[in-house]
Amino acid sequence: MDLSYSDEEKAFREEVRTFLKNKLPKELSDKVRGGDELGKADIERWHAILNEQGWLAPNWPKKFGGAEWNAVQRHIFEEEAAAHHAPRIIPFGLSMLAPVLQKFGSKEQQDYWLPRILSGEDWWCQGYSEPGAGSDLASLKTTAVRHGDHYVVNGQKTWTTLGQHANMIFCLVRTDKEVKQQEGISFLLIDMDTPGIEVRPIVLLDGGAEVNEVWFTDVKVPVENLVGEENKGWTYAKYLLTHERTNIAGTGFSQAGLTAVKRLAKAEIAGGKPLIQNPHFAARLAQVEIDLKAMSTTNLRIISKAAAGTAPGVESSMLKVKGTIIRQEINDLARRAAGIYAMPFASEAIEGSNAGLPDPLAAGPVAAQYFNNRKLSIFGGSNEIQRGIIAKVTMGG
Amino acid sequence: MNFDLTEERQMLQDTLRRYLREKYDTATRNKIIESEAGYSTKIWAELAELGVIGALFTEEQGGFGGKGFDITTVFEELGRAGVVEPFLDTGVLAGGLIADLGNDDQQAHVEEIIAGSLQLAFAHGEPTSRYDLNRVQATAKADGDDIVLNGHKAVVVNAEAADLLVVSARESGEPGDNEGISLFLVPADTKGVTIQGYGLLAGGRAAEVMLDDVKLPASARLGEAGKAFDAIEARVAAASVAQVAETLGAMETATRLTKDYLGTRKQFGRPIGTFQALAHRMSDLLIELEQARSAVINAAGHLDSDRAARESHVSAAKNLLGRAGRLVAEDSIQMHGGIAMTQEYELAHIAKRIVMADHRFGDTDHHLERFIALSAA
Repeated sequence: MDLSYSDEEKAFREEVRTFLKNKLPKELSDKVRGGDELGKADIERWHAILNEQGWLAPNWPKKFGGAEWNAVQRHIFEEEAAAHHAPRIIPFGLSMLAPVLQKFGSKEQQDYWLPRILSGEDWWCQGYSEPGAGSDLASLKTTAVRHGDHYVVNGQKTWTTLGQHANMIFCLVRTDKEVKQQEGISFLLIDMDTPGIEVRPIVLLDGGAEVNEVWFTDVKVPVENLVGEENKGWTYAKYLLTHERTNIAGTGFSQAGLTAVKRLAKAEIAGGKPLIQNPHFAARLAQVEIDLKAMSTTNLRIISKAAAGTAPGVESSMLKVKGTIIRQEINDLARRAAGIYAMPFASEAIEGSNAGLPDPLAAGPVAAQYFNNRKLSIFGGSNEIQRGIIAKVTMGG
Repeated sequence: MNFDLTEERQMLQDTLRRYLREKYDTATRNKIIESEAGYSTKIWAELAELGVIGALFTEEQGGFGGKGFDITTVFEELGRAGVVEPFLDTGVLAGGLIADLGNDDQQAHVEEIIAGSLQLAFAHGEPTSRYDLNRVQATAKADGDDIVLNGHKAVVVNAEAADLLVVSARESGEPGDNEGISLFLVPADTKGVTIQGYGLLAGGRAAEVMLDDVKLPASARLGEAGKAFDAIEARVAAASVAQVAETLGAMETATRLTKDYLGTRKQFGRPIGTFQALAHRMSDLLIELEQARSAVINAAGHLDSDRAARESHVSAAKNLLGRAGRLVAEDSIQMHGGIAMTQEYELAHIAKRIVMADHRFGDTDHHLERFIALSAA
């Protein structure tokens, strides 16, 4: 047992810090710190800066233009990025589609699509969930019927994050209705500009429009956009999901969130004193901090196994459940800390801050974030699904 | 013991429930929230016509209710439908203070309030007062026969729509003293009053109200100079009872929607409510809902008791509803999944009403500490 990072890892952390200090634009980190929504241009700008450094694709092998960091390096980067309020990297092309193409795609597909992901030429979104297929993803109904050199796609996808920015979507579609559900699914790449595709925004409870419905009516997709083999899409989807779960614990986000709560609780006055001195609030804060410290070590234990080449199995489900509980608890604390100033629709109030609105509003839209992050325990396999996996694997049920 | 509503209250409940079911669906309400005013004058007038505001005042004050159970009857229904119109602010808080403390001239407003033709706001909280009712820093200073107000009032709900503001200010003592706080009736268009409005996350609108040398005649004072604290505390108790009843109504809707969803939504070939993990959570929500109902009844039933009993039951209800409300809101969303995160689904708004109620009149922790202090006294 040695809880300290190696000299190489420490040097790597320093390198990441220096990069973030020099290259992360203040306009972007201010937005992230304030909880403001990032626009398409903001995200593209940050991606381009990372790409220039060669760090946009930390998980890709070097032969595809990636940084090929190990799990510990990736963890260090994620921690530092969160601490410096860097925008998060949009994962759809980089860490969801790309690993599938690298493993199952043809040479032509790899040569064509991968560089375009790095350059930002393509913005990918994910076409998985459907209104009737959420936790039970394999029951999806969007169909693709082959006609000569193309497929014709009909159906509806939903919860398509940032689909409004995307020009490409990777989809799970049903290509065989006669076989077992999981054995009739294929993985298709679809150009969003194809006639018959309609994107409709979904307004969420915090007022944000980050997710969409995507409708397909007789959409023609060339057969060369099929990834791997027909009806093997479920295998690729499962492979992709294991990649979706990197950084699943979100310890960097939690650490940054905890720092923000402390800052807020020092500024907020309760009973004539800073809220952070209130024993009840301090106890709540301490409990989350204790949980987070332990989970960070759990995370590192699992990550160092992964770095040594052991794939995380049931542990990633454990990290997802505990990690989201902790993140949501921190969101809850931030909301509590803000007191009466949690009530305003803060993005609106902050816009008027030139008019002399008081400091607590500078805490950002903490209540909106609290509501928005209820999604953490729902998406990417809900916490109920994760608990089911843990039970099945550990008890063989 | 009798836990039934009186015939009059039962009628009021039935009338309100029917009206809101027919006139206040999700789409209508969401349009109201997005409108510039943030509330509907039409809904306001029609509900006033149905007696919603009259039920909040006693017969001596010109109404036909005013007791704890009148307030809970009204607000449970408003909460069930997620109503955003400012009945709590105009009717219970500011209107109640005018009825409790006003001289004959001031009391004349009550008739207009009940008729639905006057909007009010209670400008009391300040940027550093958080949930303490006595931490008033705004000042009221005599200037000849006049009074001059200065200060900053925070998150004043309904301030933009209000014709009259009931403003608290300190005439003597220090922030944190009960003594020295006075109330004033301030027409919203008085020189020196600046109102910076914004929408609220759970619907409705509020504002920062800046008082800059606001000059008032001495006749604007509501009640005795420096002695308003007890009346404020009692009115906030009534408002808290209204609010916990509203939250209870919203929790009823949240649990109903969730129960229906668990019964109809199918995944893995069966209704998701047949999964024991979800069925047990649903059961827990229903248990907490009944706990909440009882806490509301306790608080409403003690609203006219002595201060110690009244405040202890109010703090108990606020604490319990804060805990049970959070559980119901979060678990209802979780058991629905993504659909509950969308603004067009009823639960989204209802969950926001439940959670954000914890940010007004004191949150779960504030009332736990207060309950301890009141029990020790």
